[in-house]
Amino acid sequence: MNAKACLIFLMSLLSAPAVAQGFADLGTDAEGFAMPERGTTFRFPDDHGAHPSYRIEWWYLTATLTGEDGVDYGVQWTLFRSALAPEDGTGWQTPQLWMGHAALTTPESHFVAERTARGGIGQAGVTAAPFVAWIDDWEMRGREGRGISELSLSARGQAFRYELDLAADGPLVFHGDRGFSVKSAADQASYYYSQPAYEVSGVLHLPEGPVRVTGQGWLDREWSSQPLAQDQTGWDWFSLSFDSGARMMGFRLRDSAGGFTSATWIAPDGTTRSLPDGALSVSPLATTEVAGREVPVDWRVRLPEFGVDVEVAALNPNSWMDTSFPYWEGPVSITGSHSGRGYLEMTGYE
Amino acid sequence: MLLDVRSVTKRYPGTDAAGPVLDGVTLSMDAGQTLALTGESGSGKSTLLHLAGALDRFDSGEIHLDGVALSPLNDTERAALRREKVALVFQQFNLIPSLTVQQNMAFHARIAGRDDPDRLAELIERLGLDGFETRYPEQLSGGQQQRVAIGRALALRPRLLLADEPTGNLDETTSATVFDLMLDLVRDAGAALFLVTHSQRLADRLDRQLHLSNGRIA
Amino acid sequence: MIRATFLALLSHWRKQPVQFITLVLGLSLATGLWSAVQAINGQARASYAEAAEQLGLNRLSTLSMPSGPVTLDTYVALRRAGWQVSPVLEGRLRLADRFVTLMGVDFLNYPITVTPDAGQTDLTPADIFGKPGRLIASPETLTETPGAILPAPLIASAQVPYGVVLTDIGTAERLLDRHGEISRMLVLPDQAIDLPPIAEVAPSLVLLAPHGENDIARLTDSFHLNLTAFGLLSFAVGLFIVHGTVGLAFEQRRPMIRTLRALGVPLRTLTLLLLTELLLLAFLAGSLGLLLGYLVAAALLPDVVATLRGLYGAPVGGQLTLAPSWIAAGIGMALLGALLAGAQALAKLHRMPLLAAPGQTGWARASVPATRRMVPAGLALIAAGIACHLLFGGLIAGFALLAGLMLGAALLLPPTLALCLNLLARRARGPVQEWLWADLRAQLPGLSLALMALLLALATNIGVGTMVSSFRLTFVGWLDQRLASELYITARDDAQGAQLAEWLAPRTRAVLPIRYGETRISGLPARVYGIVDHSTYRDHWPLIASGPAVWDRVSEGAGVLINEQLARSDDIWPGDSVALAPGWSMPISGVYSDYGNPNPQVILSMDLLLARFDGVANRQFGLRIAPEDRAALISEIRDSFDLPASAIVDQSTVKAQSLRIFEKTFVVTGALNLLTLGVASFAILTSLLTLWTLRLPQLAPVWALGLTRRRLARLELLRSIAMAGLTAVLALPLGLALAWVLLEVINVEAFGWRLPMHLFPLDWLWLWGLALLAGACAALIPARRLLSTAPADLLREFSNER
Repeated sequence: MNAKACLIFLMSLLSAPAVAQGFADLGTDAEGFAMPERGTTFRFPDDHGAHPSYRIEWWYLTATLTGEDGVDYGVQWTLFRSALAPEDGTGWQTPQLWMGHAALTTPESHFVAERTARGGIGQAGVTAAPFVAWIDDWEMRGREGRGISELSLSARGQAFRYELDLAADGPLVFHGDRGFSVKSAADQASYYYSQPAYEVSGVLHLPEGPVRVTGQGWLDREWSSQPLAQDQTGWDWFSLSFDSGARMMGFRLRDSAGGFTSATWIAPDGTTRSLPDGALSVSPLATTEVAGREVPVDWRVRLPEFGVDVEVAALNPNSWMDTSFPYWEGPVSITGSHSGRGYLEMTGYE
Repeated sequence: MLLDVRSVTKRYPGTDAAGPVLDGVTLSMDAGQTLALTGESGSGKSTLLHLAGALDRFDSGEIHLDGVALSPLNDTERAALRREKVALVFQQFNLIPSLTVQQNMAFHARIAGRDDPDRLAELIERLGLDGFETRYPEQLSGGQQQRVAIGRALALRPRLLLADEPTGNLDETTSATVFDLMLDLVRDAGAALFLVTHSQRLADRLDRQLHLSNGRIA
Repeated sequence: MIRATFLALLSHWRKQPVQFITLVLGLSLATGLWSAVQAINGQARASYAEAAEQLGLNRLSTLSMPSGPVTLDTYVALRRAGWQVSPVLEGRLRLADRFVTLMGVDFLNYPITVTPDAGQTDLTPADIFGKPGRLIASPETLTETPGAILPAPLIASAQVPYGVVLTDIGTAERLLDRHGEISRMLVLPDQAIDLPPIAEVAPSLVLLAPHGENDIARLTDSFHLNLTAFGLLSFAVGLFIVHGTVGLAFEQRRPMIRTLRALGVPLRTLTLLLLTELLLLAFLAGSLGLLLGYLVAAALLPDVVATLRGLYGAPVGGQLTLAPSWIAAGIGMALLGALLAGAQALAKLHRMPLLAAPGQTGWARASVPATRRMVPAGLALIAAGIACHLLFGGLIAGFALLAGLMLGAALLLPPTLALCLNLLARRARGPVQEWLWADLRAQLPGLSLALMALLLALATNIGVGTMVSSFRLTFVGWLDQRLASELYITARDDAQGAQLAEWLAPRTRAVLPIRYGETRISGLPARVYGIVDHSTYRDHWPLIASGPAVWDRVSEGAGVLINEQLARSDDIWPGDSVALAPGWSMPISGVYSDYGNPNPQVILSMDLLLARFDGVANRQFGLRIAPEDRAALISEIRDSFDLPASAIVDQSTVKAQSLRIFEKTFVVTGALNLLTLGVASFAILTSLLTLWTLRLPQLAPVWALGLTRRRLARLELLRSIAMAGLTAVLALPLGLALAWVLLEVINVEAFGWRLPMHLFPLDWLWLWGLALLAGACAALIPARRLLSTAPADLLREFSNER
């Protein structure tokens, strides 16, 4: 077994059959992992940190940026946690495994790097206060006493690196029912909150040289123990920031039937509306061949309740994350009823 | 003229004191002619025969064989000339011990590219070698071995047959029979015969005789 | 023309089937022995390379700490600085009755893919990373440890090198009881940009560039060089046979060749045809030789593998696999050998005049001046070998010395034999004896090549035999000294170790802890042992050099002992000092012999060891007890402690094991030795057969003068035995010289230890008998042939001028 096989296995948990459906009500699954429960109140800063009793968790930051050269860029910084058992501790045999993904997208190029680490030895982890999420030398570090509202972010790979400063310009946003985000008709769910309104500035180091950039960032925090239902094959996830100041998060979980959609409308003042299955509709407009498979990189996204009918197009259709668990993730531009920029993530396209 | 030897001189290295083996020898032979060269041991007659057969080189003079001058020829050309035109019968028989009678007889003709089974069968019959075809030389008597050698020579249909004491290793009776047979076959084939012998009796039966003494034709 | 001529040439072999078989067999033997050695070496080298590949040693640089293990903190610090490194913790783990190398890696970052063999249950990350973890090993390793009580389930994977058990680093540190330790770190190929220098992050780490050959390949180099030298010797001896038969075949076909040329086949064509024939025969023999080589290699491989594993811990698979290059090399050697052996004959053919000049000498009759020229040539070769050794030193120069000595002596053999025969002839009584010696002398040039082969084979036998026996004698004595404790015991862990020591103290004369730390000395992995002051060491330890008050100095911590290998390789002796780690040198008080260990080793006081090394395991003890109490104590320990059967080892068991490994080490040498001798006897036979064709003219007059054929045959036999016996006598000094070189030069260079030379006259006597037997066997066929020669055939020699 090598690292890659390991990770594929771990990530496949995301779409693995929920073995212990019957235990969902008890709050734990058969292996003792905790299960998200509706109505749980978040406690900060603790909930910015890791939840080792849940099977999976991530800190997922995307940013749409514009350089002083006028070129559009996208940046991704993600830390995944995956637990083999609902325990924490120190030493090699701690059952917490970590994986980091970093990407830098330009209209022409898409740079990707990946890091993996074992928990318990200090190589990777997340502390709540002061907030630090790290793997190797990659860091997302909160300013002392400011939770996650002011962050410095860094990562580097073989051909790129970036250092960004982020400052939140709005409150945290809780998806679904006060952060209890349902993922299927069968009540698979996760805890899910975001900070969708970072003002970002910093420097991207590209092979051609450094570029100063400014733009907008969006942080997703999510943890759960069995997020996908048995027949769900993948998802299409959108985080859109409109020029009007409003934002929306929407996803579709694809399955053998019509799929499961969910969306959150975020007004310019930060107030939210969670929308149930079916309120959001997404349909591919065009596909492109990436890494030997057809991936839709042009979408029609409609949220009739808020008059949204937009076309979402990839900045760089080749934003393929050639990592252990490959997927598509990249910045998009929005035209139609609303205009703006955002991020698109698609998994499960074989 | 089939063979034309002009003023040929031959020395062996390191034998200067004894003078040349051949000293300005001149002779000629026509096609179909038979010639006997007599002389005492060491008179140079075998050497002259070797020279005529392009087996060895001479120091001066010239030999023409069927119109071809021998001295300018290189080893390969000399080998080709031997293969094509000259057949040899030696006192020592010189059969190939690992080949059968039939294979030995066919051998020279075959390497010259003139394999003729009918001719071979005829020769085997005339040489009285019926029933010995699959024997090896060592299983034959001396007379039989020499008959095989004669057969090998004539199977080639040579222009010139060189024979060096062909019956020297045979007893008198056998010697006479073998010699008669050889002479008959040579005449029938229309070949020329250059015979080296010390036997006046054999020499008398040929068209011409020459006597070699101290390297000169007497 | 070509076809007919070629068939005529080939027809010779139909008439001479024995000659044909001899030629093919000779070349097959030569190729076979050479190929066998190559197959064995190739197999071992491939195993090393595979192991290096699988362990990531050949492509990746490694980082390690010269003073000991890398700490987990250092690893994390490097990681947090952005360096992509992958940790490896390595140690010895006992499975059933043998040790394996346990290699702990972080599977999340390990750059080499290891997948379980088909048919194994699927592994989940929880299996790998959790407790008890999984042990992954090659199926071969698994089959060799049947019934072992395993600390974790075993998974078979052919991708793991033999003798290595791969596991997660978390499992490894638990099983090895080395928590938080990392032996080395692999520097992964894809590093990020703008990284800080490693020296800034972790100043004391040492970066080793990727190396194609690992420690094992380097250690075993000398072993393989030894084998190669033997293979080459066998091949050379085999070529003597080929030379003999090819020469004979040309000689016998000389009249045929002359006739063919007289009949007009150009010399060029003939030469080419003979060359073609030779190459065809070589190809045939080469193919046969490969088959033979494969069989020999397959038969010897288990012992070689046992040696390599036992002596070096080298991971060598026991399954012989054949590379295409091996086949090509084998055939190539056969063709080259045949050309080499036939070159003289072909050259002679090319120079041969069409007409035989009177008194033409046969190929086998070298002229007297040629024999005389051998004296300066032989002396020059020996001098060159000695010069090479003196000027350059090292293992290769050592072998050059051997080669010079052997070849020079071989060249000196014919003149020496001629001298002996002259002396004998002078003392001869009666005409028959006179004729016998004269005849022998006349035959000497024709036989000399075969006799040289015999000389080399015999001398090698004596030399190698002396070395092995000397080594054995020394080794046994050394084992007696070194293994002074009656019992050796290994606890499960440190806690049990402490318990055991306490419990054992009142029940034994002494409990001697065996504890060590690992370091690198002169770039090699080395162990530093700590000892308590006890008379066992003072009385028994096999010191070969010591300064004043050596044991007092060691127990005071004022000096250390080093093993002979280290002393010789670095030329450091009592009075000098040795660097045990950066910034830590100790004066040397003594040097001890340490056979069978390829690496440096140091002994110092226990206090010093514990002060300098962290986390030294305390699990092994030597127990001094009255020998008769052994059984009782063993059963008492078993009753009181939860220990596997293999944890308590009797002194005699250890000795037996060590001796077994030792014996296996030289099984291959012995087998090659014997095969070489066989080949040499065969060479004599072929030479005698070659000469036989030239014998009749020489024997016929003797026969005519009144000797019976029976007597002549007896004399033939006697001649051959005399020659072989004389050669064997001359081989003795050469063999002893060889033994001296092996012990004083080759062993020191190859293994790092010098051994005293012991003499074994009984072995020589046995070998001498063997040589006489070889001579007799070789002459048997010619003698029998002579007996059955008809008088008429002998008479014909007179009637036929030849």
